[in-house]
Amino acid sequence: MELKDKLVSSFLAFDEQYQVDDDVQQIRSQAIKDFETFGFPSKKEEAWKYTSLKSALKHDYSIFPKKEDAIEYSQIKKYLIHDIDTYDLVFIDGIYSSHLSTTTHDKIDVCLMSSALNKDKYKPVIDNYFNKLAPKNGLNALNTAFTKEGAYIHIHKNIMADKPIQIINFSTGNESSLLLQPRNLVVVDENSHVQIIERHQSLTDHPVLTNSVTEIFADRRAIVDYYKIQNDKETSSLIDNTFIEQKDESNCSVHTFSLGGNLTRNNLNFYQRGERIDSTMKGVTIIEGKQHVDHNTLVHHIYPNCESHQDYKGIFSDKSVGVFNGKVVVEKEAQKTNAYQSNNNILVDDKATINSKPQLEIFADDVRCSHGCTIGQLDEDALFYLQSRGIPHKEARGLLMYAFANNVLESVKIPEIKKRINNLIAEKLGVELGFNL
Amino acid sequence: MLKIKNLHANIEGKEILKGIDLEINPGEVHAIMGPNGSGKSTLSSVIAGREEYEMTEGEIIFENEDLAELDPEERAHKGVFLSFQYPVEIPGVSVTNFMKTAINAHRKANGLEDMPANEMLKLIREKSELLEIDRKFLSRSLNEGFSGGEKKRNEIFQMAMLEPKLSILDETDSGLDIDALKIVSNGVNKLRSEKNAVLVITHYQRLLNYIVPDVVHVLIDGKIVKTGGKELAYELEERGYDWIKQEKAV
Ligand SMILES: Nc1ncnc2c1ncn2[C@@H]1O[C@H](COP(=O)(O)OP(=O)(O)OP(=O)(O)O)[C@@H](O)[C@H]1O
Ligand SMILES: [Mg+2]
Repeated sequence: MELKDKLVSSFLAFDEQYQVDDDVQQIRSQAIKDFETFGFPSKKEEAWKYTSLKSALKHDYSIFPKKEDAIEYSQIKKYLIHDIDTYDLVFIDGIYSSHLSTTTHDKIDVCLMSSALNKDKYKPVIDNYFNKLAPKNGLNALNTAFTKEGAYIHIHKNIMADKPIQIINFSTGNESSLLLQPRNLVVVDENSHVQIIERHQSLTDHPVLTNSVTEIFADRRAIVDYYKIQNDKETSSLIDNTFIEQKDESNCSVHTFSLGGNLTRNNLNFYQRGERIDSTMKGVTIIEGKQHVDHNTLVHHIYPNCESHQDYKGIFSDKSVGVFNGKVVVEKEAQKTNAYQSNNNILVDDKATINSKPQLEIFADDVRCSHGCTIGQLDEDALFYLQSRGIPHKEARGLLMYAFANNVLESVKIPEIKKRINNLIAEKLGVELGFNL
Repeated sequence: MLKIKNLHANIEGKEILKGIDLEINPGEVHAIMGPNGSGKSTLSSVIAGREEYEMTEGEIIFENEDLAELDPEERAHKGVFLSFQYPVEIPGVSVTNFMKTAINAHRKANGLEDMPANEMLKLIREKSELLEIDRKFLSRSLNEGFSGGEKKRNEIFQMAMLEPKLSILDETDSGLDIDALKIVSNGVNKLRSEKNAVLVITHYQRLLNYIVPDVVHVLIDGKIVKTGGKELAYELEERGYDWIKQEKAV
């Protein structure tokens, strides 16, 4: 049976098993109908022209893993940011692991979607925000239909979350192949501040497909810093759908580090619903083999005096494929918008490809929009220069690539993340650097 | 120290060096002068090991070892240093980090551990003072946005850090103001000893007042056509190259 049919026909059983509040149940039922209509995206759609889901959809995925696997902290420690204090939401095969997690309800809510969907206390927030941002399409509908678990984060007014929050999804290989659909909701009230780290990690070589949806609401003057670490096995595929709504003077940034996985697609949309908003999207992609990473971004400038900054860098080896599709829409009312987009790439091997496509749709006249895209090889003159100073060829290449990707890290606000990413990048590039940039 | 015999080299199929013979002994300073496009930078790149240049004939022996099969970094580890005519800008790598990487690469090649951080800082301080380089420079990206003169001074700073046996200075004087020329020459002279040698490429006799050569060679059209003492540099300054070309044609 095709995955789509399998999913549709298993909905009823799912709906029965994971009961939720009536309103949410309604939303789920509508969503499965939408999924039935839209199905999975195909390469015929403009936004999927360069990315085929075929390799990710071919497995006979389990949709409801049966049991929680007993995972010890020692097995997963290295995937966590553990040198600083954090709140942790750890999911194993889609099931919440209480013994690996640290939640809180002290001034901020860092807890589970499954409880938020069922408890009266959270109903006003769920009614206000759940599924209010994700556009209607096959993947979002599929995730919505099977909503049961994920992170629920609510930072109340005037609060600065006291530590970063990690959302980590592990898959254990208990199932021969597994489909995961985490559903996250992040609501940051006026004047509040939160830092979130998200990671998906498979612990075995069994195929995993993750179709995750995260909705983020940043109210007036809220600050949200979101870090996505994508460094999974070559048997794992990830479709990350993240949607952010911003109100006046809020400041949101998303850093995406795509360092591994079979197929990774990042749908990242910012909707600016207020003035003097700042939106930042940064990415470093370093892949090899036959890996495929697709960044599909949208910034929707609706009101005046807002800014957006996009800076994506990619290094592609072997036969890997990169896609950057960055859309910036500036509505007529959005005067004095400042939108900046840049996408720079290095193709290390002849067989590697990058498809880079900026799309600017500007309807206002008093705006500053710039975009630039470069695709190049490593600079031979620079290589020779470094080698002539005694730096071996391989290290010189690594150093140049490292330097190329480096400035994207400057805006990372959590030093431990910066250090971690630094090391991951050095490891990816196969260089041992005597320093951190 | 360096013995070049009948060196021929091509780039993109075009012969640039057409049979060069050159011998430099420890403690000596040699100067090469010659018209634009005669092959001076090509010669220095070939010695340093740039792969784009194809050696078609001859040999380069450095300290009794054939350099032909060695990578540029291996030549550097053996003590060959090239101060570039056009130093390359490397955004994202600070001068300090670059120097650390280079120093430790040399040490590793010689079977030594990384240099301890405090020793490294001391060395960097000492050498940057020698060349009167502002500390602020050291944290900037390598050569990025440096003025012409700053780039050249930075090259000699690197030379001072690495203490090579053979230093090839390709038009290090161009772009330097009068004061900087003195500082840089002084830096080079401080590093001179019985054991190392310098090959200076220049268009101007002026530099040779500061770094005094034992031998001056004239390179024209890929060949060394005349060799003399330091007085040859004065003669060239006065008379240009035509008389040598004519002399040769006769
Ligand atoms: N990459 C290249 N491709 C083709 N020709 C080259 C290349 N590099 C150098 N040449 C040619 O080789 C010749 C010698 O160049 P080289 O740079 O060695 O001259 P030079 O003596 O250093 O000159 P200058 O005094 O101007 O620095 C020139 O004619 C130059 O155009
Ligand atoms: Mg030259």
